[in-house]
Amino acid sequence: MKRVGLYVAALGFMAFAGFPFYWMFITAFKQNRDLYVGAFDTHHVPWIFNDPPTFEHVRLLFGQTDFLRWVANTLLVIVAVVIITVVLAVPAGYSLARLAGRWGGRLGMGIFFTYLIPPTLLFIPFSRVVALLGLQNSLGALILVYPTITVPFCTWLVMGFVRSVPWDIEEQAMIDGYSRLAVILRIAPRLILPGILTVVVFTFTLVMQEFVYALTFISSVDRMTVSLGVPIALVRGDVYHWGSLMAAALFTSIPLAILYNLFIDRFIQGFTMGAVKG
Amino acid sequence: MKFADREDLLGAAMLGPALAYVILLVGVPFVLAIMLSFSSATAGSLTLTWAGFRNYSTILADPIFLRSLRNTAIVTIGSQVLVIVLATAAAQVFRAAFHGKRAARFVLLLPWAVPVSLAAIAWTWIFDSTFSVINWTLKVTGLLHGWLYWLGEPGLALFAIIIVQAWRIFPFATVIVLAGLSSIPQDVVEASIVDGAGFWRRLFKVELPLLLPVIAVAVLFGVVYTATDLGVVYILTGGGPANTTHVLPTLAFQRGVLGADLGQGAAIAVFLVPFLIVVAVLMLRVARRAEIGAGGGAR
Amino acid sequence: MGETSPGVEIRQLRKRFTGGDHDAVDGVDLSIREGELLVLLGPSGCGKTTLLRMIAGLEHPSAGEIYIAGRRVDQDVPPRARGIAMVFQSYALYPHRTVSGNIAFPLEAARLPRAIIAEKVRWAAELFGIAGYLDRYPRQLSGGERQRVALCRAVVRDPQVFLLDEPLANLDAKLRNTARDELKRFQRQIKRTTVYVTHDQVEAMGLGDRIAVMDRGKVRQVGTPHEVYEDPVDTFVATFLGQPPMNLVEQPGGGGRTLLGFRPEHLLPSDHFGDREPLHPIPLIVRRVEYLGSDRYVYGTVEFAPEATVIAKLPANIGRAIPEEEGGRLDFAVPERALCYFDAQTGERVRR
Repeated sequence: MKRVGLYVAALGFMAFAGFPFYWMFITAFKQNRDLYVGAFDTHHVPWIFNDPPTFEHVRLLFGQTDFLRWVANTLLVIVAVVIITVVLAVPAGYSLARLAGRWGGRLGMGIFFTYLIPPTLLFIPFSRVVALLGLQNSLGALILVYPTITVPFCTWLVMGFVRSVPWDIEEQAMIDGYSRLAVILRIAPRLILPGILTVVVFTFTLVMQEFVYALTFISSVDRMTVSLGVPIALVRGDVYHWGSLMAAALFTSIPLAILYNLFIDRFIQGFTMGAVKG
Repeated sequence: MKFADREDLLGAAMLGPALAYVILLVGVPFVLAIMLSFSSATAGSLTLTWAGFRNYSTILADPIFLRSLRNTAIVTIGSQVLVIVLATAAAQVFRAAFHGKRAARFVLLLPWAVPVSLAAIAWTWIFDSTFSVINWTLKVTGLLHGWLYWLGEPGLALFAIIIVQAWRIFPFATVIVLAGLSSIPQDVVEASIVDGAGFWRRLFKVELPLLLPVIAVAVLFGVVYTATDLGVVYILTGGGPANTTHVLPTLAFQRGVLGADLGQGAAIAVFLVPFLIVVAVLMLRVARRAEIGAGGGAR
Repeated sequence: MGETSPGVEIRQLRKRFTGGDHDAVDGVDLSIREGELLVLLGPSGCGKTTLLRMIAGLEHPSAGEIYIAGRRVDQDVPPRARGIAMVFQSYALYPHRTVSGNIAFPLEAARLPRAIIAEKVRWAAELFGIAGYLDRYPRQLSGGERQRVALCRAVVRDPQVFLLDEPLANLDAKLRNTARDELKRFQRQIKRTTVYVTHDQVEAMGLGDRIAVMDRGKVRQVGTPHEVYEDPVDTFVATFLGQPPMNLVEQPGGGGRTLLGFRPEHLLPSDHFGDREPLHPIPLIVRRVEYLGSDRYVYGTVEFAPEATVIAKLPANIGRAIPEEEGGRLDFAVPERALCYFDAQTGERVRR
């Protein structure tokens, strides 16, 4: 009996969490005449395909909108921001964990707390700074600013990760004759590779999800990222093409969801500040 | 000692760039934001002319601002209460082993994984006045007799926003609580079983108290994510109808970026700061408590 | 069926974990008398903790019966209704409650009135001498203090059976002896049936009224410390008890079918025995001698069974003049009465 209740509850939560995605899926592949039926018509069931599914929305999305261009823009920004984040956050995290002694913990916490300063506060001064730098309406503005979101958290992530890797292999290398720097450059990377990977994935997801700065800095449609373009610019003459819109949302969500599932434990360790040992 | 062995220099060199970046691009703009709130700067001019408290007095006299302040509080508190309830319940369900648990977890994580803006646009479609599938379902099950103009009425729209926020954050909270549950020492729970505690006593007197640091973290993050979020409100209602559903971030955006009144925009956004400080302080306390050790076994 | 006595009765108990390829507990019969302290002794993985947990009700047996105080409990009697109390190896104190909160917890679960709870907590705390710590938290206590809190918590519900899972394992070696002494005196005082799990045979010998020696899910022998030490039923029990372990060599002229067993403290220079009793000569080829203060350990091989290393344990005052160079041959012997014969294949004791 308890078992049944468990399954029912699990299904309930899954339904609550997942039905918008099912709805995205159905909308993306429904023919317009099956889709645009007023909800007051209780004879027509919107939850199922009443007419056979169609690819026309998908074709429209890929063929007649800037969606692919947005994907390209987003990927470009992602690659650049990942590089910047890894270059900044990984050494910083390692340094805080191994080299900073007593200061390390405090400084690490300090950096972590800058993560709490939201884009919806900083976007005001940024809109000015970006204009001053001549970066308005450019992907460069995003590349410059996104690391402010990724670096604090990733530094903390790496710091936590390095702390959890036992120190002996590096110590052994130093006894064997490597200098401290050589140990950092040659031994450490292999040891903290999973941490670096987590940083890459986390940055990827953060960039894909970011909306506020993109909205603030980018105005022309061909420069937009996916997160910005889909809700704002997939409009043709004041009409929302829900089919294509939902297709875009769906295609973007799935890879992100897969990545999240693979790396969820690492993220949680970062969030709970070590209160939970994964 | 050579540089290659100087741990202090190496440490500084490795930390330096990140620290410099954070100070320059987070610290400085933060200070700038506060300064802007005291200026009459606009996007057009490049000077920071001192304007005293004028921006603050302007917005404090503005009913739309006061409403947005209230809305921010309502949305944040409303959605997070929902999140706590949903997450603790979901965690109890998902800690058990059952068939298809991985698939279930995948689905459960979807709301958190998807970009805010895309989730928001999907919900806009779900709440659409004409085509809302929620209305259809409610009508078909006999629970709805009139019609719900979700995003067209202020009260209903705020409720819709609360639902969306709770929906997208509760998976995150659930996963954190689950991780916390698995970190409770098993023998302490068994000791309570032997001591005679039934399910509810165990839950309230042993598990939840031990989970408190973890739940606190989940709540604090959830609060920050909701209160500082722009995407959901912007896409769902744009602050409307008639500026009734604005929250601080969307109003700041409207006045400061779209309206080019940087001073006022900054002042509005600055109201988020004291509350963020409170959150940061609470988080510090939780972190310190976690370090001292929630584990009480023999060591 | 048959008569069950007070105390704990275990019949044909079996436990296999899901996905396991062997029985963790493999058909155990055990009769624990009321008021005795029975030690479950064995190496890790032998099933002793699993057995204890089944008595507690934390694990469900795959087969068999458990009776506590004459009542059958293995089917659906939950731990709290079995009249037991348990002390875990880690003590499992509630970290978020004070010492008095910890001790009070089982009483609160039993919904006793607050005044009575306070009284019992104080009584238990005074019993173990920790009345001064009632307001402290577990993290502020030392290992020994935490152990006493765990014992208080166990005693406060006045259980019929105490279950202890290696409670001394986490203490410093120095503390362990005094803690052992206190435990034993306490158990004698309250006269409750106690089941005690340990892998430390010295502890088992010192504490147990009887010892059940376990190996790979089965009970090999149950007996008083004297019985299991002097009269082991097989080579496992013989070598598990005793430090250093019993020497086992192939009996000469036995065709490889018999093993000769003798304890290190019985392997002494022949002339020490004189003519008092029949001896079995053991010519010893010395390899190494360890001086350990009160004893000397002589490591060597037996001339007639050169493959096995044997150890002789000489008290400091015996055999002072023996030559200690490597390779030297010494005339040692073991009294016939102290010899044990074992079947080389099955390890079982063969009695002559």
